[in-house]
Amino acid sequence: MGIIIDKNTRAIVQGITGTQGSFHTKLMLEYGTKIVAGVTPGKGKTQIYDVPVYDTVEEAQEKHSANASIIFVPAPFAADATLEALENGIKTIVIITEHIPIKDAVNVMARAKQANATIIGPNTPGIITPGESKLGIMPAHIFKPGNIGMVSRSGTLTYEIAAGLTRKNLGQSTCIGLGGDPITGLNFLDALRMFEQDPRTKAVVLIGEIGGNLEELAAEYIASEKYPKPVVAFIAGRSAPPGKRMGHAGAIVMGKAGTAESKIEKFKSAGVKVAEKPNDVPELLMKLVSS
Amino acid sequence: MKLFEYEAKSILANYGIPTPRGELATNPNQAQEAASKLKPPFAVKAQVLVAGRGKAGGILFANSIGEVEEVAQKLLTMQIKGIPVKSVWIEEKIQIKKELYFGITTNRFNQSYVAIASAVGGMEIEEIATKAPEKIIKFPINPQHGFRSFHANQMARKMGYVGNQLSELGRIFERLYCVGMDYDVELIEMNPLVETVDGKFVAADARVILDDNALFRHQEYKKRLLEGESELTPQEIEATKNDLAYVKLDGDIGVIGNGAGLVMATLDTIQYYGGKPANFLDVGGGAPAEKIATALKIVLSDPRVKTLFINILGGITRCDEVARGILEAKAKIGTTKPMVIRLVGTNEDEGKRILTEAGVHVLESMEEAAQRAVEISKHGDK
Repeated sequence: MGIIIDKNTRAIVQGITGTQGSFHTKLMLEYGTKIVAGVTPGKGKTQIYDVPVYDTVEEAQEKHSANASIIFVPAPFAADATLEALENGIKTIVIITEHIPIKDAVNVMARAKQANATIIGPNTPGIITPGESKLGIMPAHIFKPGNIGMVSRSGTLTYEIAAGLTRKNLGQSTCIGLGGDPITGLNFLDALRMFEQDPRTKAVVLIGEIGGNLEELAAEYIASEKYPKPVVAFIAGRSAPPGKRMGHAGAIVMGKAGTAESKIEKFKSAGVKVAEKPNDVPELLMKLVSS
Repeated sequence: MKLFEYEAKSILANYGIPTPRGELATNPNQAQEAASKLKPPFAVKAQVLVAGRGKAGGILFANSIGEVEEVAQKLLTMQIKGIPVKSVWIEEKIQIKKELYFGITTNRFNQSYVAIASAVGGMEIEEIATKAPEKIIKFPINPQHGFRSFHANQMARKMGYVGNQLSELGRIFERLYCVGMDYDVELIEMNPLVETVDGKFVAADARVILDDNALFRHQEYKKRLLEGESELTPQEIEATKNDLAYVKLDGDIGVIGNGAGLVMATLDTIQYYGGKPANFLDVGGGAPAEKIATALKIVLSDPRVKTLFINILGGITRCDEVARGILEAKAKIGTTKPMVIRLVGTNEDEGKRILTEAGVHVLESMEEAAQRAVEISKHGDK
């Protein structure tokens, strides 16, 4: 169980012959992820860690009919790679690549909507259902199977908090990195809805940051729908000055919208516990889950 | 990447959007010369990349060429929000009947671009949104259809225009959308877009922010960002060249970490314990020793930094590489500034061994390390 990916997920790796692609293919295989094929144009008929490599997604699909893809293709070509996966019927696509132009991301998301496909990322560490499958670049050892759903806009900050949960014996159902860009496939609302439907997930940790209003929308949803599972939030960027982009393309405060204060206030008024520091998350969660 | 007003206006003019006739000048003489090619009265506008220029006195008016020289002199010796004014844009002053707003930006929730218009312009769009939310017209653009002239006309109609004026406004909106797509903008706006006393429309001010991730398709601007004048500090330029994300802040604790979210949380934790971060620096994923060393050099080149806090949680980043980078930089720069290092994750034991053998102490918890850094920034390394 968990959401989006599980032990039955059969994935291809696009950009499998690159440094990152091959390195993480090895780690994903070691974790038990079913990687059935790789794709790099010009590298067909080769193999990487016993995974067959094809020139096109079309050929990989003819031979392996995968249901997911993870993309490591460089930014200028990543949109094309995603469209290739979509046109060949893949319904779950994780885009690890960072620095994809907004215009390309907008086009890809529109096509994904039409194809009824789920896109995670771009600029994401990926997704992991601990003990079953990992499509991503996160260090596996900090996660353990359990019933906390995690959704986040960042990478290492998620690892920080996941490691904290694992230390306190709070395992995870699924952890999703939405991605640090302004335009991403899934948003907090989508993840909350999926965790609501997932019987294994008992509580949700939501890790947001400055920029945009998706955290605010998530807070409104939690309040208006009387979200049935406890939620703990952490928002990074309380000390960020306006007008400065804090690393992530999406992390920028412009005017009053998108500040940490605005997000924290919305969550608090929706009854969500908001952690002051990353390490406060496990404690807050323990109080909620045990009570 | 922000464009200067004069850059933005010249792009708009190339796309057939009416803008006031104008010239750029970097000294009062040039300003006078520029004005002699234009019709009085004039508007003289400081070219800086900060918002709120008008309120800060960065726009002055002149009735004669002599006056242009005078006000240009004044502007060119001025600082706006700490930024020295290096050039001024002299243009023909327009006779305003009404100020409008039109812009295009992204909408995260709809995963699309959105066109925004208002018959109340001149102030910041957020101010309009607060003061007169009913006067804001939004149109989410379906990327598969684009923003067509009939969409533009529908928006002009909602702003209260008919006939010739409607179709001229529609044409301007549609042209601005083309600029936005061709130049890969994150934000493009005409504010104000002026309706003149004779019923014409002119983009009196234009703001363009290009998508940094698309600069590979716009090399001329990438070059300007790194080599020419930009809003970046020397440290920020050095960081951009080395593929590091650096933002200058105003405190005294230098910060280096891996991952934007983690670095932001590190800054927040420092502030939580009463300290003040000097910068944001994200080395990204999988940084090798040389990159860590460059990061240290950049942060330590800020004279206000009293202590350095390095917070690494290794996933793809290897702790032993980080440790080697720290020692390499220490040896090269010969710094004696105290460092607080928190290092956990991939190859953690090896990283710790390397640093401990060199006499550098390593901590395990982010909170503990943040507290220690704040203590040193306030009371020195005891």
